Amino acid sequence: MRSRVLFINLSSYEHWSEDFEVEEWLGGVGAGIRLLREHAGRAEPLSEGNAVVLSTGQFTPAYPMASKCVGMFRSPLTGTLGESHAGGRVATSIANAGYLAVVILGRAEEPVYVVVENDRVHFRDARAIWRVRDSIVVGRIIAKREGGAGVRSVLRIGAAGCSMVRYACVNTETYRHFGRLGMGAVFGSKNLKALVISGRGSFTPERLSCYRRIYREIFSRITSWKEAKKYYTLGTAANVQPLNEMRSLPSLNLRQTHLEGAENISGEAFAERVLGRRVACSHCPVACIHIGALRVPYGDEPYFYKTLMVGYDYELIYSLGSMLGIRSAGEVLRLINQVERLGMDAISAGVALAWATEALERRLVSRRETIEELKFGRVEGYIKATEHLASGANEFYRALGMGVEHASKIYGGEEFALSFGGNEMPGYCTGYGSYIGYLIGSRHSHLDAGGYELDQKLAKEGKELSPEELVDTLVRREVEKQLLSTLVVCFFARSIYTPELVATAFEPLGMEVSPGELMQIAERIYAEKQRYRGELGFSMDRLRVPERALKQEALGRSLSREYVERALRYFAERYL
Amino acid sequence: MMRLRAKDLDRCVGCQLCMYACSRRQGKIGTEHSGILAVSLSGFERGATVIFCRACERPPCAEVCPTGALVPRKGGGVRYAESRCMGCGNCVDACTLGAIFRRRDGKVSVCVHCGYCVSFCAHGVLEYSEAEA
Ligand code: SF4
Ligand code: SF4
Ligand code: SF4
Repeated sequence: MRSRVLFINLSSYEHWSEDFEVEEWLGGVGAGIRLLREHAGRAEPLSEGNAVVLSTGQFTPAYPMASKCVGMFRSPLTGTLGESHAGGRVATSIANAGYLAVVILGRAEEPVYVVVENDRVHFRDARAIWRVRDSIVVGRIIAKREGGAGVRSVLRIGAAGCSMVRYACVNTETYRHFGRLGMGAVFGSKNLKALVISGRGSFTPERLSCYRRIYREIFSRITSWKEAKKYYTLGTAANVQPLNEMRSLPSLNLRQTHLEGAENISGEAFAERVLGRRVACSHCPVACIHIGALRVPYGDEPYFYKTLMVGYDYELIYSLGSMLGIRSAGEVLRLINQVERLGMDAISAGVALAWATEALERRLVSRRETIEELKFGRVEGYIKATEHLASGANEFYRALGMGVEHASKIYGGEEFALSFGGNEMPGYCTGYGSYIGYLIGSRHSHLDAGGYELDQKLAKEGKELSPEELVDTLVRREVEKQLLSTLVVCFFARSIYTPELVATAFEPLGMEVSPGELMQIAERIYAEKQRYRGELGFSMDRLRVPERALKQEALGRSLSREYVERALRYFAERYL
Repeated sequence: MMRLRAKDLDRCVGCQLCMYACSRRQGKIGTEHSGILAVSLSGFERGATVIFCRACERPPCAEVCPTGALVPRKGGGVRYAESRCMGCGNCVDACTLGAIFRRRDGKVSVCVHCGYCVSFCAHGVLEYSEAEA
């Protein structure tokens, strides 16, 4: 089993490796939470003491669709656990370089970027590129200078990371990100502009013929898999239209759950009008990454164009489309492109701009603060505003860059600041499952427990759960997801990698573990996350559901604050 | 003699399943032993492609190999006798395509046209077919 962890200390420019106890925690989130708790402890998120853990799984180079990299750090946005997953080539590069995980410690005195090539680590001067705002350009400069094309990943930050916007992201392979909860700000605080990891690795399975057989079995299950079609045809953008129809598409800062004209930003509209190509994460045949091609004329010269290639997904269409009232695929792409280049989490950035728009409309702030005219549906203002946000142009934008919850405490408008546990709302407003899921989830994400799926399932079956039952169900779902996240299997493949298949697939790799033991590991990880969150000061008292969210009917039901409060009380008693 | 061919390079999504297949064929997990490399075309915005041996009839790589580790193969390309390879890297420089890859032990990985990877490419990029006479 791959168990080596590479430590990189930016304060002392040292590096070393250590063995990790794989049996107890496997890898992925398991290794991530253990290593983070040990090496970051209670250090402030933007201090030298915080750590960034990049963790892979035991299946990473061995089987397909196990190529997610789990990033863990103390979040500068929420102050508690920061966890963000990225696809692309990060995980396979780390694994092929011979490591289970990479841990970044300390803070460099001057801007640096770090290059890991199998066993070697180089610290490079990044002063010349520190102020390059565009993360894609940063990637190109470094890719040109360093070797390892095809077997490497270039993790880097743009302007937002350098100015420590609390939801700055780390970009990799142009289209993949450690998006949520501010890993980019932590990179920025460490004076780390980029991390390049490259490696060509080779591992020997314990039982080769058995390994080949199971590999083939998994491969054919994936390629003959009907469900996968949904991911590769329209991609997650396929959700726009059905959510809009069931009045669950958060729009105009959630003043509405249905957007007139949403058919122009639906998965179908994107596919017809802009889809330019699809690419894949390393070691995944599905190729679900959808990239739109957009021809943009230069206003100052006729017959002079640029063509932008911009990745899109449901979450981005929600946050930078429907939330801001933008109803054209091309305009949404332009805004995604902008946010991507500046290196911000698209969900947080969109929700922040939606709040700012409403705050301006209600005169809580004026043009002196927002600089630009922010109006729902007007893309130009938003494009300029993202620049101010990424650079912290004035006091207002600096506050907005600390999160919408923080900004609304200063300027008012908390009732329509769509933040849950300090994290800006993901794109689902389907009811209690989604909202309570955001609040109690370890990373305040829709992916923790998939509450939005649960809401839809319950609505279809005409069922209602008590607050206690709902919390138990959400927690159980989150525990189950820990298993996939510890193997870093893509959530899209959850129906393929059942605990039984996982146990079988471990055999030729030389590890015996039963489905029951796997679930125990998942539970252990969940408990460890709760313990660490507690140590970082996470408590139910700080949590709230924004009033705006409770005002909207969800799947035909009205929501009550009492229900939410009862659920949170129960969660605190039972699970914290 | 059969050889590996590109049926339609433009369809490549850069998934690298072919790379993992090639190493697996040699009993390995990973990419180090792979004789094929999937790269982005200077960034994924321009798409992806695969680099592998195009089966030269008079292989320059074999011409510069001082130990006979690489010898011309019938139907084009080379056979690779790893035990003879002393890791000089001449072949790496000689291949115009950059289709010979260095391993960490100094030896090389190169496509020997076995065809194993073809069935793992789900996107119709590769084919295994008869080499022209
Ligand atoms: S490895 Fe390169 S030089 Fe050698 S036969 Fe193949 S294409 Fe020709
Ligand atoms: S044909 Fe055989 S040797 Fe060549 S790349 Fe494919 S698997 Fe490797
Ligand atoms: S398996 Fe096919 S699509 Fe994937 S990288 Fe190889 S050639 Fe390209």
